[in-house]
Amino acid sequence: MATATATSAATRSPIDLYASYSDRVRTALDNQHLKTALNRSTIRMSNQRVASLAAVDGQLLRDQTRQMKEYVLRHLPDLLEQFEANIVANGGQVHWARDADEANRIVLDIARRANTQKVVKAKSMATEEIHMNHALEEAGMVAVETDLGEYIIQLANEPPSHIVAPVIHKRLEDISQLFQEKLDMPPTFDPEVMCSVARGKLRQEFLTADMGVSGCNFAIAETGTVCIVTNEGNGRMVSTMPRVYVALMGLEKIVPTVEDAILQYQALARSATGQQCTVYLSMTSGPRKPGDTEGPQEFHVIIMDNGRSDMLARGYGEALMCIRCGACLNVCPVYREIGGHAYGSTYSGPIGAVISPLLPAHVTNPEKLPHASSLCGACRDACPVKIDLPRLLLDLRADQVDDGDTAWVDQQAMKGFLFAMQDRRRYEQAGKLASLGSNVLAALSGGNIKYMPPPLSAWTESRNFPAFAKKSFREQWSERLARKKSI
Amino acid sequence: MIHRKTFATPPRRVALFVTCMVDMLYPDVGMATAELLERLGIEVVFPYEQTCCGQPAFNAGYRDEARTLALRFLDVFEPLLKQGVVDAIVAPSGSCTTMTSHFYSVLFEDPADSAARQRAERLAAVTFELTEFLVDVLGITRTGGRFEGKLAYHACCHLLRELHIHEQPRALLANIEGAKVVELNGAEECCGFGGLFSVKNSGISSAMGQRKCLNVAQSGADVVALCDVSCMTHINGLLSRQAQHARAVHIAEILNNQVALAPQTGSPQTGSPQADAPGSAPVEKPRRWQDH
Repeated sequence: MATATATSAATRSPIDLYASYSDRVRTALDNQHLKTALNRSTIRMSNQRVASLAAVDGQLLRDQTRQMKEYVLRHLPDLLEQFEANIVANGGQVHWARDADEANRIVLDIARRANTQKVVKAKSMATEEIHMNHALEEAGMVAVETDLGEYIIQLANEPPSHIVAPVIHKRLEDISQLFQEKLDMPPTFDPEVMCSVARGKLRQEFLTADMGVSGCNFAIAETGTVCIVTNEGNGRMVSTMPRVYVALMGLEKIVPTVEDAILQYQALARSATGQQCTVYLSMTSGPRKPGDTEGPQEFHVIIMDNGRSDMLARGYGEALMCIRCGACLNVCPVYREIGGHAYGSTYSGPIGAVISPLLPAHVTNPEKLPHASSLCGACRDACPVKIDLPRLLLDLRADQVDDGDTAWVDQQAMKGFLFAMQDRRRYEQAGKLASLGSNVLAALSGGNIKYMPPPLSAWTESRNFPAFAKKSFREQWSERLARKKSI
Repeated sequence: MIHRKTFATPPRRVALFVTCMVDMLYPDVGMATAELLERLGIEVVFPYEQTCCGQPAFNAGYRDEARTLALRFLDVFEPLLKQGVVDAIVAPSGSCTTMTSHFYSVLFEDPADSAARQRAERLAAVTFELTEFLVDVLGITRTGGRFEGKLAYHACCHLLRELHIHEQPRALLANIEGAKVVELNGAEECCGFGGLFSVKNSGISSAMGQRKCLNVAQSGADVVALCDVSCMTHINGLLSRQAQHARAVHIAEILNNQVALAPQTGSPQTGSPQADAPGSAPVEKPRRWQDH
């Protein structure tokens, strides 16, 4: 890994996030182990979510969370300033980062001033979004992921493929193999043994780290508190054991009150993993005070924009209500087939398809993502904040058309479609033509169309298509009316 | 949220919004819909000017083009209602009903389009998907259909998650005589059609459809009933390519007693004749007319 620090994230990873969209999808679809892993986990997590929300008034929880997040979006600047004032009053430091580079510079400054050599990290999508590990490594520091899932993919040199379950693309068997290779674990599929091996390694890392970095699940404005939600307790160790603790938060993570935080915590735990509450909820309001027995000497919060205020300005503010529970990924029939890496972005699934083209991240073929959905709506029904994800995807598609970012072939096809559909006679003639052509094709392959020319060959590669009717409904209807009259 | 009109007296005359796919690909489904309604005492009017509701354009992001077709749709159907020629519009499609009754409001959400939006909303209040019309408006769950075989139900996405039509088709199918209704695993999961998605993302779309076909095979169903011919085309495209015995059938044909059990004698290469040639089968079938 030491030799890999000078190269880019793309070349380090056996999974090529920067390949073309079609290559990423093809790779995913061809991966049978991925299919097994996704089937096992997404369906289990979905079922757990449904059961957990059924145990309470799930609709009410979703309605209230939605209302709270709408309030947050309307009062974003005020809440963030209130949050900053309270952090500072508690002895913490607040930094504002306009983009990913600025956020990484701030982290490196803090780290250098504290003579940091080793950073332990709690799972954080925000730090993934800005490739913080890469920045730390380039500056000669070691960054160790301490969430078990993140630790596994760091060992494998892979990016996360799910918002809450970063290693969802691997089967237990794959992880066992990896631990045997990298951690000298004896051959076993026993999760307890595997966990204890990782735990032993990680304990040493916690004890020798200079700085802890986490994301932030939500930040409370009225108290100046950063909250992180974990099941392994690694978040608390990251935020209390090293001398310096840095939390990186997207500016949409703010909530007004402690009560609101508990509301979001409820929605998050139930929607993400189907738990009533997670094993740990770690809250940090400031650094160690005189007389405290534990806690960091320095506490920093970085509030990051990185395209978020632009999203709000462009009419996609609804996507900023996302609480990163991953429920939309688990129910998404597209995600279930291709997993997270095919999206080519830190954020995958339906929410990833919406925000990845809007964030200033390096994504190959971001224009394909709004189309990577059948618009079935399962995501919207699962979302604890009721984000209308299909609608946002449709809006992104409309933006592409408005900006002239669609293929010439598409534009011509749409022109032809409109021309035919605007006039009854043309519509009927087009139908006749399609009937003639398709019946010839069907006759060639014995009843059903088994081959169509490109781009429609994309259909017939795996599916038959029926011939158009020899007599359309309207023709049959006319004949029927004539018959009735003659009787 | 569209508020559907409640009728003081049951509607007697409806306009058939047959949808372009049914018109051009599956006239039998259109005929079954019309016959079914007529048998139940409803007079059916077919406005010949109708073409496409504009959903393909809307889904692809071409909103100007979709608006053009939406206005055209309003121009075709609105006068029939205004002049009292019909009391309601009925479509054998959850998806096209969703387009006209939900997404037209999105197309016309600009305050400058408020007149069109109001027209669309007035029309939406009296536009019904077939099973919704039968069960919710007419109060009918028994249509006299008969099917000797195993019957499963696939819930199409727009029908289920936009129109929230869930129980109505199931209630109708439960009363099909002779049928053994079997549950389809993942009945509410998308079949992978998604309009242009099926071509633009054909690999993912096929994989989703494949999952559906496996569930169909596991259910042991002879026929999978559904309320949209688009999803039917996708599912049948896969089933017939793989020469599977089961096939997807539009619910109107089952309710109107037009579905016979596919013989299992076809060789594995060609599949059953029905599954292999849905569009080119002879259209002249014995029909039962019962005009009122």
